[in-house]
Amino acid sequence: MIDNHILAPIFIQLFVAIIQLIFWRKTITQRYLSIGGSIIGLLVAIRLFSRVYEGGILTMNAANWDAPFGIVFVADTLSVTLVLLTSIAALSVSLFSSVGLSRQRMLYGYFPIFHFLIMGLNGAFLTGDIFNLYVFFEVIIISSFVLMTLGGRKAQVEGAVKYMAMNILASTFFLTGIGILYGLTGSLNMADLSLKIQEVQNKSLIGITSCFFIVGFGIKSAVFPLYYWLPSSYHTPPSAVAATFGGLLTKVGIYAMLRVFSLIFIPDDFTRNLLLTIAVFTIITGAMGALIKTNIRRLFSYLIVCHIGFMIGGIGMFTKVALMGTIFYLIHDIIVKTNLFLIAGLIRQLRGSMDMKKLGGLYRDYPKITLLIAIVLFSLVGIPPLSGFWPKIYLFQEAFTQEQYFYVFGLIVGSFVTLYVIAKMWSEVFWKQPDNEQDIDDRFEPMPLYRKILMVLPIGILALTTLYIGLNAETIVHVADRISTQLIDTSAYVQAVLGTK
Amino acid sequence: MKSAILQTATRYLLPILLLFSVFLLLRGHYYPGGGFVGGLVASIAFVLHSFANGTKATMKILRYKPLSLIPIGLGTAACSVIFPLAFGLPAMTGLWLEEPIPVIGMIGTAIFFDLGVYLVVIGVVLTILFTIALEE
Repeated sequence: MIDNHILAPIFIQLFVAIIQLIFWRKTITQRYLSIGGSIIGLLVAIRLFSRVYEGGILTMNAANWDAPFGIVFVADTLSVTLVLLTSIAALSVSLFSSVGLSRQRMLYGYFPIFHFLIMGLNGAFLTGDIFNLYVFFEVIIISSFVLMTLGGRKAQVEGAVKYMAMNILASTFFLTGIGILYGLTGSLNMADLSLKIQEVQNKSLIGITSCFFIVGFGIKSAVFPLYYWLPSSYHTPPSAVAATFGGLLTKVGIYAMLRVFSLIFIPDDFTRNLLLTIAVFTIITGAMGALIKTNIRRLFSYLIVCHIGFMIGGIGMFTKVALMGTIFYLIHDIIVKTNLFLIAGLIRQLRGSMDMKKLGGLYRDYPKITLLIAIVLFSLVGIPPLSGFWPKIYLFQEAFTQEQYFYVFGLIVGSFVTLYVIAKMWSEVFWKQPDNEQDIDDRFEPMPLYRKILMVLPIGILALTTLYIGLNAETIVHVADRISTQLIDTSAYVQAVLGTK
Repeated sequence: MKSAILQTATRYLLPILLLFSVFLLLRGHYYPGGGFVGGLVASIAFVLHSFANGTKATMKILRYKPLSLIPIGLGTAACSVIFPLAFGLPAMTGLWLEEPIPVIGMIGTAIFFDLGVYLVVIGVVLTILFTIALEE
């Protein structure tokens, strides 16, 4: 079914960014535009989700060129779910950044670039053409370079150099892979590729090509041994930026892996073992890194790496149950990780520091905010019935069925370390009495009420979403079930793109 | 460093280069050229002017900041992309007028997309170069 509505999430972000460029240096107007644009974006995403969920896969041939010759945009359940989650996260981040950022950063175009970044994310989720996916990856990384260096502190530039070097390397691998794939099949349309790749005689060359994609997407989603750029760059930009990066950017790599490995390279035994090994090492190295960090944001950065491993393992097992676990975890992770970095920003406002040794007494001074944060931290750890608990059931179940005890070991280590570091952080930041009271630099207390509300509201929105995912898990399981069915049996996707032939 | 030869040459070269850039822009649909190349040539014309007469003089003849060209260009290109939606066609479909217009030729949505690219390229190149030049 052809539908122009698919492009709406992309174009709304584009037009918001263009209008904000017209209001260059008028930061107040840009703030209103950003929040308004994000609300419209969310409404459009909800509408697109409900249409796809009820009516099936929608496609749109750009420029009216028939697939597989033109560029196709495809909205299946996986794409629209991620677009919806991105829109929720984007709304929260744009609310938070309207008060949580220095005016200096806004003057140099923070808001337009932020909306270009969200445009790139929505585009990457919705496109059905592998080269177009690469183009949207480029839009994402160029915007993220700007966001990361905006402000120009020395630590930021240092982090950005590592980030940029690794991401350009990732793009090179990705592009080389696309080149070989095009040489083998003569097509770039993902649905068309999934049919043509079966006719290629040289199976070993396909295996090697898939390694290019594993390396490319692996760097982007920060898996072992290519993860080190993430913890050394994500703690440098302001929290609002780190929230977008931590919540969304690494997940694009996971999305691309899900798409490419379900449609084009169906994982064989070698790829499965490779992915599972990578997953376990990613979990363990992420967990070990998180154990020794005292800066909250560095700690959260290592937790991102750790939890990426859970999802990679699900892709590695590649059965319906395992993919359900991965997708449920993806849904949970985007919301929770975005929220964690916003919370880090809030703690910085409350105490003027993000070092756990200097923090303390937050529960005594701000009991209500602490309660809100507790919901998020508990669902990150996966306390039943909150959202982090449900996907692990599926992952454990499938790992036992396939007798992947190495991965089970990884899951257990990852979960316990997460529990331990969060409990440690809880006692240090919220319960402990601060060492010397006069060092506390509370920038939150003197703020006017509306600024306080704008700062806590996004965390509340995301915490409510987390609660919804956890307490209404049945709905999410239905969505994950539908997505994993479409990923295992791609004939519906191929038929929607290429028509009935 | 101001040279009389360069200043005199620039006075004649600036309009010729700008005309050439428009020629490249319009030629781009079927032959080598297009908005990107045209925009580069146009911005080179202004860069040459700033070499000969100083950056301040160039900013004076431009009147507006080159930065303001970026949203105008992006807006033009984006509008040409969504224009076909009004006719119920998929986005980015090329729509053309029935009759050719003298000199320019056939007018379609593609020319507006290229015009947008042209403006964005001029805006970006001049913003970057002027920022570097004024730092010194």
